[in-house]
Amino acid sequence: MKTPIQFHLNGEAVATFVESGANLLDTLRETVGDLSVKGGCWQGTCGTCTVLIDGVPRLSCVTLAEACAGKSVETTAGLRRGADLHPLQQAFMDRFAAQCGYCTPGMLMAAKALLDRNPNPTRAEVIDALCGNICRCTGYEPIIQAVMDVAGSDNRRRA
Amino acid sequence: MLEFRKDIFADERDDSLVEIGQPTARQDILGHVTGTSPYYDDHRFANLLHLKILRSPHAHARIRSIDDSVAARAPGVKRIIRAADVPVNLNTLLSLIQFGKDDEPSLASDVVRYKGEPILGIVATSERAALEALALVRVSYDQLPAVLDVEEAIKAGAPSVNATYPKNTFEYYGKYDHQKLRFGDVEAGFRQADIVIEDRYQMSPIEHAPTETNGSITVPDTNGRYIVYTSTQALFFSLDTAAKINAVQSNQLHFIGGTVGGGFGGKVDTLTEPLCILAARLTGAPVRYRLSRHEEMQFGSPRGAERIYVKDGLAKDGRIVARSVRAYFDSGAYTRLSSYAVVKCVAHIPGPYTIPNVHADVYCVFTNRTPATAMRGFGVTALDFALECQMDKGAVAVGMDPLEFRMLNMYRDGDMKAHRREAKNCALIECAQVAAEKANWPLRDEFRRMSSRQGGSHERAGVADRSRTPQLASAAKPAPSTPPSPVPQRVAYERPTPAAPTRTAPPSPPPRSAPPSPAASPAGSTHGAPRFSSVFGTRRR
Ligand code: FES
Ligand code: FES
Repeated sequence: MKTPIQFHLNGEAVATFVESGANLLDTLRETVGDLSVKGGCWQGTCGTCTVLIDGVPRLSCVTLAEACAGKSVETTAGLRRGADLHPLQQAFMDRFAAQCGYCTPGMLMAAKALLDRNPNPTRAEVIDALCGNICRCTGYEPIIQAVMDVAGSDNRRRA
Repeated sequence: MLEFRKDIFADERDDSLVEIGQPTARQDILGHVTGTSPYYDDHRFANLLHLKILRSPHAHARIRSIDDSVAARAPGVKRIIRAADVPVNLNTLLSLIQFGKDDEPSLASDVVRYKGEPILGIVATSERAALEALALVRVSYDQLPAVLDVEEAIKAGAPSVNATYPKNTFEYYGKYDHQKLRFGDVEAGFRQADIVIEDRYQMSPIEHAPTETNGSITVPDTNGRYIVYTSTQALFFSLDTAAKINAVQSNQLHFIGGTVGGGFGGKVDTLTEPLCILAARLTGAPVRYRLSRHEEMQFGSPRGAERIYVKDGLAKDGRIVARSVRAYFDSGAYTRLSSYAVVKCVAHIPGPYTIPNVHADVYCVFTNRTPATAMRGFGVTALDFALECQMDKGAVAVGMDPLEFRMLNMYRDGDMKAHRREAKNCALIECAQVAAEKANWPLRDEFRRMSSRQGGSHERAGVADRSRTPQLASAAKPAPSTPPSPVPQRVAYERPTPAAPTRTAPPSPPPRSAPPSPAASPAGSTHGAPRFSSVFGTRRR
């Protein structure tokens, strides 16, 4: 049995049908076609599939698609504004904060949720925000530094 | 920050390394941060089918019967793939370079040899339909005794794991059951030694756990060709392996990959492509075979377990006069790449040290465990762990600083290695000096002045210069308890006065910065030599 659902994906209205019980990860990748979201465990343990739902980081593999009806979903595909990269994307490039890149979309979304909520985080807060995201290439330090760079530039702007 | 000591190699190459030390963007990083890098699973095909695999629940069992009649009628099932469907159902990865015999089926037909071994595949319209159909397959097994320990596996009467190698050891050059290294006379070396340190080291298997699991998608192309999107780390290696197993020409396969979501060695085994291609050939439709996280962790090949025994003979002045290594690689049920790991291991013995008497026997052993594979320095990593633990224990035993003890024994230009190759372009002593300086680790003057360029010679390894014939350093010193006098080229090491030895208390680890204090008196006869039961733990024989 398929159910119609509507939600916003990166600011655009999306309407689609989902199987009852379908998860958001499969719905985004297979039905809507947003391949920027990656799956690593499909069981809520690795953080690779992190997206923002109404600004809050969520594991899309264990989120029912139907539960997202009427909500706003953000993914890495929506970070960029035209030719301009999001400051986090630029910082990840500058800091060499991606090796294989598979964890990167999830890391970016977890970091964005933090900075949207708290533009001036401490290092401990950055680590806490990323602690649910596994990077098996173990590039945690450059990832933390990239997020701190953006936090820092925000501070300078505000200062 | 990076800092270069180019002076070490100043006369060996011109200074044109303009890229080194400069930040360089990865060529693929824009794709990574925008979520557009094309991993194998980021390709979409209409009417994609899904392959799922039935796996053995037993470590060792004979398959009596398989009943898939109910599963075949389950909703969404398009095709069942059985062992008899696999064109060439026996392979070994390194057969591509004529190394080893075919020993591993893609789907087990009569015997399963490890828990998780593939038995049967189901291709269905969704992963879920395939999994539900798998649950309807009935297999009856006769369980067989399993062997899960390398040393048990090579005992007489142990259950035979792999029919191709019934004695549970890989066969080198068609006749040897292990790899050997012989240099000097290790028994004479031990007789000559003042101190003997012997211990056993064990490394457990390690799973690579890449964030992207192993997988592939095969799409039928025109003209009988198949396009394969894959997570493999070794595109052409996997292509040739898949062509062999499917009995097709390699130009019938078009492999697309190179964007790998983490590999670390765990994506060279061609785990998914051969059956994925077969499924596409048998159904005429695009097929995906993706390992679940559970399959990746439980059945994806890990770094193999290794058990290593090391025995070192030391002279009181800090020289290592003999080193003997006996090691067992747990290959699991099939060879894959472990035979090669053993070769690498033997090539690395005795570590970066000049030792006149070296003896090694290293075995590639089959057990009823998950087949092992490559992982970051496999063959060398666990050995280095064992050897460097030995070096720490040796330093304590001779009462030297652990770094100075290593430096005294490190390769120098002109030394003869145990593999009978002359050491060239050595810079390990210089690296140790820089590391010590950076870490504020106090080195005494003679060690600060030590150089890889000075003092090296074949004689340091007990070999007459320019001769390939090892000449025993020990031959000239028949009295076993007499400490040998250092060879003239050596930087003399003056040991600090030993503290009063205690008979029972184990020595404490050497202080980080204080000058070295001896742990136990090495001056007694070999009967009183300290023996170590664990790192820095000592007892008297
Ligand atoms: S794929 Fe969702 S947490 Fe791993
Ligand atoms: S960059 Fe590979 S897992 Fe993080």
